Amino acid sequence: MVWHADHDLPDVDIVLLPGGFSYGDYLRSGAIAARAPVMHDVIAHAKRGGYVVGICNGFQVLTEAQLLPGALLRNANLHFVCRSVHLQIANPDTGFTCAYGSGAVPQIPVAHHDGNYFADAKTLDRMEGEGQVVFRYCDNPNGSARDIAGIINEKGNVLGMMPHPERAVDPATGGTDGRAFFESLMRGVR
Amino acid sequence: MKVVVHVQLREGVLDPQGKAIAGALNTLGFAGVVDARQSKVIALDLEDMDESTARARVDEMCRKLLANTVIETYSVSIEPAG
Repeated sequence: MVWHADHDLPDVDIVLLPGGFSYGDYLRSGAIAARAPVMHDVIAHAKRGGYVVGICNGFQVLTEAQLLPGALLRNANLHFVCRSVHLQIANPDTGFTCAYGSGAVPQIPVAHHDGNYFADAKTLDRMEGEGQVVFRYCDNPNGSARDIAGIINEKGNVLGMMPHPERAVDPATGGTDGRAFFESLMRGVR
Repeated sequence: MKVVVHVQLREGVLDPQGKAIAGALNTLGFAGVVDARQSKVIALDLEDMDESTARARVDEMCRKLLANTVIETYSVSIEPAG
């Protein structure tokens, strides 16, 4: 665990910015956290090709830090959405999705107020052309552009997603459809 | 010195809060409210400096933190020293 005010990141393979409103939503979701001291090292880790994962509030932080394109706006219907959703794997050939079998439609929980992904049409076209859209909602819960639930950067080592795969890793607490996400990551770092 | 930064969503970026405000105004009987856009005003109190220096510094603040230029635009007004 690394504190936001820390300046140094230990030598790690994967940096994971979890969700859960961990960093507050002052000014804009993720805006203040994206400028925290530790982010210098997180950005350097990403630029070196290290894996960075941002889930929910962590996704917002990564867009605010400009490690990922676009931004996350207030949900189109203004409601906090808290339920399980089905995801389509839009790009199965990434370090985050390679363990999902072809045609997998994992069921993963979402819990957010600002999950409405936005980027201009040109950026969205480019991202789709480059395979940067990784997850899409089967039934869009928040108004996200082109049903986008998760994206990667151009290099493919930084991922942000609104759904919570870490909340779907045990049959006792909502299923195991999130496990393949972490299995994919483990394949990548071995 | 007092500086006021006005941050608003870009045209074409959905503003569901603005839409809710417009809806509520119509419900209250204010006919003719076609749309509403919610924005932010950030009032800064800076140590005194010349206006062009202040403008450059606040512009940098906007680009680095106060506005997300992917979705927002900003304008800066500097209140005359009084």
